[in-house]
Amino acid sequence: MSCYLTTGKHMNFYVSFGTVLLLLAITAPLALSFGFGGAMAARSRIAPLSWFGKGYIAIVRGVPDIAFFLFFVIALDQAFEYIRHHVKCPDWTDPIRQGTDFIVCAEAKLPLGNAPQWVHEAYGFSLAVLTFAIVFGAFAANVLFGAMRAVPKAQLETAEAYGMTRRQTFWRIVVPQMWVYALPGLGNLWMVLTKATPLLFLLGVEDIVYWARELGGIKGERFTDYPHGDWRMWYFLVLLVFYLGLTRVSEVVLARLMRRLTRGQATAGGEAQRKAAA
Amino acid sequence: MSCLETIADYAFRSIGYGERLLPRGDYTLCQQFTLIGSGMIWNVYFGIVALISGFGLATALAVGKASQNRWLRKPAEWFIFLFRGSPLFIQFFFGYFFFLSLKTHYPFFDPFTSAWLGALIVLFLNTAAYSGEIFYGALQSIPKGDTEAADAYGLSGWPRFRRVVWPTMLRLAWPAYTNEAIFLFHSTTLVFFSGFPAWQQRGDALYYANYFADKTFNPFIPYPILAMYFILVTLVIIWTMGRIGRRLNRHLPQEARRKFRFRPQVIR
Repeated sequence: MSCYLTTGKHMNFYVSFGTVLLLLAITAPLALSFGFGGAMAARSRIAPLSWFGKGYIAIVRGVPDIAFFLFFVIALDQAFEYIRHHVKCPDWTDPIRQGTDFIVCAEAKLPLGNAPQWVHEAYGFSLAVLTFAIVFGAFAANVLFGAMRAVPKAQLETAEAYGMTRRQTFWRIVVPQMWVYALPGLGNLWMVLTKATPLLFLLGVEDIVYWARELGGIKGERFTDYPHGDWRMWYFLVLLVFYLGLTRVSEVVLARLMRRLTRGQATAGGEAQRKAAA
Repeated sequence: MSCLETIADYAFRSIGYGERLLPRGDYTLCQQFTLIGSGMIWNVYFGIVALISGFGLATALAVGKASQNRWLRKPAEWFIFLFRGSPLFIQFFFGYFFFLSLKTHYPFFDPFTSAWLGALIVLFLNTAAYSGEIFYGALQSIPKGDTEAADAYGLSGWPRFRRVVWPTMLRLAWPAYTNEAIFLFHSTTLVFFSGFPAWQQRGDALYYANYFADKTFNPFIPYPILAMYFILVTLVIIWTMGRIGRRLNRHLPQEARRKFRFRPQVIR
């Protein structure tokens, strides 16, 4: 049994858990910064910028999220190739869309046709990260936009009374205080993000879902030293437990973070902490 | 081929009526609209049946979770945690392979491996867990005055639950429940990407949209069409649930009613 669980394929399976965690580790800050940018744009006094921010927040509403994932992966890929095509091969005259084909010159292909395998995998992975960041950035923007408006008005007025400019007020007053209002929403978003990671499979990355399907499938004696029947159910049970564990850990960490952030804040939670300490 | 003919051929393609072969070669806008729309039949079917059947279990779960009795509370808590704490996508996979392995032992489980029943069961359990949590929250915030009034009228046990607690719970939970209905509906698109086979290419809306995007290598047409359909159905859901909510609240003064706010929570 232990021999079976340490075959090369299984090692790939374990590594793919790392892939999922890596995706989470990269996407979460990236999405947060996209969200911050989006929220700042939506607050802007320059009308087109504000429209852009609000539009970005609004795009993800009302449409199933997987549709976005499936859409962005192809759309981003084509957008990159399109731009590279125009930069690298300006004297190419054929149209790029020919019927049902999307044709760019060989130098504009991403990744290049002669690139090694790992480049292809890395490119696929980074496309997935970018897609996740765009979609979740919109959700984060929504949360942060709300949190920025939740900072008490009196705080802003005080800042104004001290003669701070709009920019100073934003960075010194609003940003430090908004996190406590944003945290419940962001925590929720984190849960949603962890639960969205199996969708990597749909984006063509060899993630845990891919390996669970591969490894669990019926193996004849011709292919492996360890023939077995259809074990996919058990592999997916392992994934289920993995995600439940992830959820539980996140819940505990978020509760701690919330306690830490409410300290000394002008909210009901902060007040309760003060009373308990006194 | 005119557009009307296309509609006649493909409008019910997703449930097996009309032309068997999917269009090939140059794809017209009309074909994409018709086929993706035809796929919506599945989304609507999954959404409505799962929501209605999940409602009963959700109420039971909420009451169980709020119960004083450990033996009722713990199972309800675990059930809700299990289905809310793991991705729906993995649940679909697990459900499919679970039914598949049952099928090899008992032929009775044959229909469970096809999407119309197997995926429906997973969706039913999933939405029951999510709405159970919503109802539980509502149960916790029922005004004390209401239950005290019920006590004063001498109501207890089942009549108290049916005539006071349950209607108030629904009233409080309704805005959140509307959101749940919308997300349940959106998550029906996962069905055919998660193991459940689209037999004879009878898939849902996203299945066909994906089909066109793969074939034409142009995502900019099928996905916006899909988006349009979904926004349309989302509006219908909001309207319908709003009507029901208004009926639930018909005895209350205008400003005491809880307003529905569209709050996308996305992905389960």
